Amino acid sequence: MIRACTLLALALLPFNAPGARAGGLDVPITGGRFESVLPPSPQVKVAAVPSFRLDTALVSNADFARFVRKHAEWRRDRVAGLFADEGYLRHWTSATEPGPDLGRQPVTQVSWFAASAYCEARGARLPRWHEWELAAAASATVPDARNDPAWRQQILDWYSKSARGGLPAAGASPANYFGVRDLHGVVWEWVEDAGSMLVSDDSREQGDPNRNRFCGSGAIDLEQKENYAMLMRIAMLSSMKASYSSNSMGFRCATDVGARR
Amino acid sequence: MTKNMWATLAAAALLLTGCGASDKAGTPAASTTGGSRQGDFGPPQGEPVHAVLTSPPEVPPATGRHAPAKVIVELEVIEVDKQIAEGVTYTFWTFGGTVPGSFIRVRQGDTVEFHLKNHPGSKMPHNIDLHGVTGPGGGAASSFTAPGHQSKFTFKALNQGLYVYHCATAPVGMHVANGMYGLILIEPPEGLTPVDKEFYVMQGDFYTVGKYREKGHQAFDMQKAIDENATYVLFNGAESALTGPRALKATTGQHIRMFVGNGGPNLVSSFHLIGEIFDKVQYEGGTHFQENVQTTLIPAGGAVTVEFHTEVPGNYVLVDHSIFRAFNKGAIAILEVSGDERPEIYSGKQGDEVYLSDKLSNPAAVETAALASASGTLTKEQQVKAGEVLFKGTCSACHQDTGEGIANVFPPLAKSDYLLADRKRAIGIALNGLSGPVTVNGTNYNSVMPPMSQLNDDEIANILTYALNSWGNDGGVVTAKEVEQVRANTKRPEGAAH
Repeated sequence: MIRACTLLALALLPFNAPGARAGGLDVPITGGRFESVLPPSPQVKVAAVPSFRLDTALVSNADFARFVRKHAEWRRDRVAGLFADEGYLRHWTSATEPGPDLGRQPVTQVSWFAASAYCEARGARLPRWHEWELAAAASATVPDARNDPAWRQQILDWYSKSARGGLPAAGASPANYFGVRDLHGVVWEWVEDAGSMLVSDDSREQGDPNRNRFCGSGAIDLEQKENYAMLMRIAMLSSMKASYSSNSMGFRCATDVGARR
Repeated sequence: MTKNMWATLAAAALLLTGCGASDKAGTPAASTTGGSRQGDFGPPQGEPVHAVLTSPPEVPPATGRHAPAKVIVELEVIEVDKQIAEGVTYTFWTFGGTVPGSFIRVRQGDTVEFHLKNHPGSKMPHNIDLHGVTGPGGGAASSFTAPGHQSKFTFKALNQGLYVYHCATAPVGMHVANGMYGLILIEPPEGLTPVDKEFYVMQGDFYTVGKYREKGHQAFDMQKAIDENATYVLFNGAESALTGPRALKATTGQHIRMFVGNGGPNLVSSFHLIGEIFDKVQYEGGTHFQENVQTTLIPAGGAVTVEFHTEVPGNYVLVDHSIFRAFNKGAIAILEVSGDERPEIYSGKQGDEVYLSDKLSNPAAVETAALASASGTLTKEQQVKAGEVLFKGTCSACHQDTGEGIANVFPPLAKSDYLLADRKRAIGIALNGLSGPVTVNGTNYNSVMPPMSQLNDDEIANILTYALNSWGNDGGVVTAKEVEQVRANTKRPEGAAH
């Protein structure tokens, strides 16, 4: 009877067991009013962000491999084409093994669908853009370093390096003010509302919602135009459909504060 | 009467227009190509063709087509680390692996099926806005492509001309600053006149965190870009892209055509080829042209077609004549022209001799005299020596080194009865000039000598002493004291130099 209970618990919470992964949803981040590069609407310039928890480290290949072994429908050889493109986990040595060198590195080549399913299996979700942006606005010492030119340039330096060459281990970069790591200088990250940040890139939709894509349009819609680091995040996310994968796109999970733990 | 006058004026205007308007091909300048309304030659004919894309400085061959075709263009976006200057690397974002991107050549009326492929190794999404496209965004939204994906869109090339293409993904400035631009040539239906050589050159400005030529891998500097404070201004994306072994090469007697673009992102180019004159410039990449041009302006996001003929062998230097960019930021490219010398057109250096300016031939003598005068030890010899130097710098232009003057124009000083008759008058003339008729040695003169009041008392004394003791004159000394007295006693003419 006890054994059966344990099994049940494991089945329900395969990733929640303490110690399953480092860099989990350890720290609550206090929300509040936040000036985003993407205001909620032309009239509302300041986003209201409720408090949330965020993985302090990116999800690693080893983390994701455990998930895939449990949820075989997310193996690269079994996943539905609708949910993942041909690049999905293509860099792994097999459908369930990333290979000896990749385990600690952040997982990339995952679709939004797969990332969402992973977080859901942990009882969590992907962070929303405003949550991610709020957490990523912090330097090591202050919660909002976005007006610090030196900090900005440091972030931009990553964009000035090509995507070739290996990634550092997940959680290897220094913690920021909130105790969160890897937000800059490692990979792009999926967010829950990636699909609604800019409407689809269907070429027929040449009207207002699509303005962000053309010359000069940034001048209309985006705030903090000098915040290139964030503009590029948005450009990257808006170029990706939910089934796409990229060798520089990873993710982490989030929850509402009080949702669990 | 008034009506007649207007008619005459109108006729004259027509006549003028007629004269100035016909170019060499005999086409009146007033005519137009009709623009996009005359650019649709109907649906594509025949099998689709794949466009030949070339890396700079090469240009694809002429299309040679006489009917509209379906042209498939496949362009790959690759992010690459390359050398921007000796020992300095930079991560360029490129169309086709090069800066500028691959050259695309189609014919007006062609239907272009464009495939934009973003390499799986790319970090960024990219797209393309071709200025030769008629349609919103120039293809930007339709070609927005994530890494490891490809997009396709189709356009009809309605306008002939030379057009820039570039990435238009936010932040646009950064994508352009990283090298994402190139040229597309849309040939007129009849094609371009054949030439001996065609080249593809494109200027761009670059912004790095490190200073110009600071070694190592350099990151993009966003603030410098916003401030338009370029670290590098380059032709074809690197300081050595078109110099040394990679210089453009031609021979004498060739008709050269260059397709020159300016990707920016910020700077406008004052494009100039040192030692050549552009016989023909299709400014802004348009249809009409200017002839015999030294320097032509290329806007950021614009292009120009220049043509010239090589006559004299040697190295010709392409520069942005906003010249600090050329010599301090890298905007230099070389065209090497080989062939036989043409001394009848350009001699090369024909001599190199010592040159001493009259005014500076022996300033030491003047200085010596001035010091001696101040200490009261001035000798006549010192005065003569200093006077000779000053005379050659100031007086000999008219009175000649020989003191003979010029017959009937400038009176002589040698054995001059007029000079020798009255030393005080001579001082006055030196100080205040002389105009009107005078008779010297029996000859009448009527010209103007300006006042020499810029000379000080010592200098005038020395000049006059030199004159009195040269060319057979019978000697004598003028002292500074005498000059001082005359100067004090003459009312200086209004407006005379001090």
